[in-house]
Amino acid sequence: MSKRTVEFDLATPGVDPAGRAVRVPLGAAAVEEREPDIGVEHMLLNVGPQHPATHGVLRLVVELDGEIVVRVIPHLGYLHSGFEKLGEYRHYNQIIPLTDRTDYLSPMANNVGFALAAERLMGIELTERCKVLRLIACEMSRIISHLVWLGTTAIDIGAFTPFLWTFYERERIYDLQEAWTGARLTTSLTRVGGLLADIPDGFEDGLRACCTSIPKALEEVDRLLTRNGIWCARTQGIGVLTAEEAINFSLAGPMLRASGVPYDVRKDLPYLDYETYDFDVPVGEHGDVYDRYLVRMEEMRQSVRILEQALARLPDGPINVDDPRVILPSKTAAMNDMEAMIFHFKQVMEGVAAPVGEAYVAIENGKGEQGNYLVSDGTAKPVRWRIRPPSFINLAALPKMAEGHLLSDLIAINASVDIVMGEVDR
Amino acid sequence: MNPSVEALRREFGDAIGVAFTSCGQSIVYVDRHRVRDALGWLKVTPGQSYDYLVDVTAVEYRDPERPIEVVYIVRSLARRAELRVKAELAKDEPLEIDSVVSLWRGADWLEREVYDMFGITFRDHPDLRRILMWETYAEGYPLRKDFPLRGRFSRAEQVRQAMSASTEAQYSLEELSIYEAYHDLPMDMRERLARGARGAIPDPPVPDDE
Repeated sequence: MSKRTVEFDLATPGVDPAGRAVRVPLGAAAVEEREPDIGVEHMLLNVGPQHPATHGVLRLVVELDGEIVVRVIPHLGYLHSGFEKLGEYRHYNQIIPLTDRTDYLSPMANNVGFALAAERLMGIELTERCKVLRLIACEMSRIISHLVWLGTTAIDIGAFTPFLWTFYERERIYDLQEAWTGARLTTSLTRVGGLLADIPDGFEDGLRACCTSIPKALEEVDRLLTRNGIWCARTQGIGVLTAEEAINFSLAGPMLRASGVPYDVRKDLPYLDYETYDFDVPVGEHGDVYDRYLVRMEEMRQSVRILEQALARLPDGPINVDDPRVILPSKTAAMNDMEAMIFHFKQVMEGVAAPVGEAYVAIENGKGEQGNYLVSDGTAKPVRWRIRPPSFINLAALPKMAEGHLLSDLIAINASVDIVMGEVDR
Repeated sequence: MNPSVEALRREFGDAIGVAFTSCGQSIVYVDRHRVRDALGWLKVTPGQSYDYLVDVTAVEYRDPERPIEVVYIVRSLARRAELRVKAELAKDEPLEIDSVVSLWRGADWLEREVYDMFGITFRDHPDLRRILMWETYAEGYPLRKDFPLRGRFSRAEQVRQAMSASTEAQYSLEELSIYEAYHDLPMDMRERLARGARGAIPDPPVPDDE
């Protein structure tokens, strides 16, 4: 083994009785002069809001005893936009662009969630093709949401390569999303009673190609991480929550399932005919960061399975319900037919009135159970629009999970929650 | 109608108000003083076992006469049943209700958000602070119907307050007390801390004519 300069330099001060240089162990001289332990003073460390490992503008005030986390106090609201307040001043269809901006890593699933709640309130039955297309949108969103999670979490824990691989695959889905809706991020895919547009030519082939390439990419990431010593050491036994704690904290989605609670809204409160698809819900047993990783990896594979089944059964037919009260007439009809023009005018100016009542509809998006609670007083604007934000509720367990771990584990635990601040702060 | 409503009525009698379904979902009104008892009973009673708190939120109606409602959505994971429990808070009384954090830890942040947005106080909440708005936010409760969409202060006033806030206003006093090196702080900061001032809130200006 060749001698490195630094060792040589360090060795020169030490000379044995015979006058020959001896090696001094690295840092040994420093230990002699170090002052005794600085005592029990705790340190206050501010992490964020501008910090890459907080996944947005989350700010954590951390009380540290040496490198051990004693307490974490999250500060939220840096991205608060008042969506729920804004929704009270908008027609139901005008709220859909706001839903893009809540969980902006899976916008299409949010669009679907809100539209389902509004339709439940109005008693609208969707067409078969619309249901399958919305389900495709939901599963595409789940995959891109989990791919972002996987890439960024790997970076947080120190592996850069998976980030590049997952973002490459995510880009392929984003291309499809852009071809379908015209936007990568602010999709506004749904309308109450239907969709913005039918899928474009070549979409099905593109999605089939994704269905073959994504499992391959996952396989590569799996080979890189799942049995990797560093990855296992950084994630196993870190941030453990038992099943009882997970339920008590109202956790949802992969966070809940990694703790061993087999609960998935798609299975237990099915929407969009999820009960007719064949897929498995992965459940962890240890409730640590590693199990959350495994659960999300498997969920992506199951999403690919669902997408393949959806593509196989995609029926022909209209995407919108046949109801001139809620769906805009075609441009041709609006220009040529007096009645169609009146419907168009009334919808744009007055909006679609929902009957008096209220509805809570939950969907399983990438982060967990995303619910939309709508209260109507019979006008075209909701009295109250409440989003049940899975990121916000999952994040509430962070202080509990991080207690007693190292500061570097706090970053891993925070990553494992999979937050998106647009939804936490709304 | 969810059979749990009848069970609640047998157990709590007069404390249970009207119950109805909307869009196929059961809603039951419970007296505001008995809400925590009723939810606790729903959580632990065999056959009910609503062990999962889905959401806590509040609704204020456009009709100013109608009371504010606090809404609890509870679910039984095993039975796949869901129930919405509501409590009415009249506006001419103090907006107060018992906290359910002792039943579900998950209610902690949800109740803080309701407090932040509607100004409803949750009794026995361990840490009732604003959560989305900053702690010195002085414009009121944003989701109340009398709160204007653009906020109470003018944009210029909002900017002025943000620019004049002191650094330690970003920390709660509790957090600053963690830091024991108090004597290392600059003199002016120590002075402000000693006075308990955390970026003092300026007096609200005369509202603009809107």
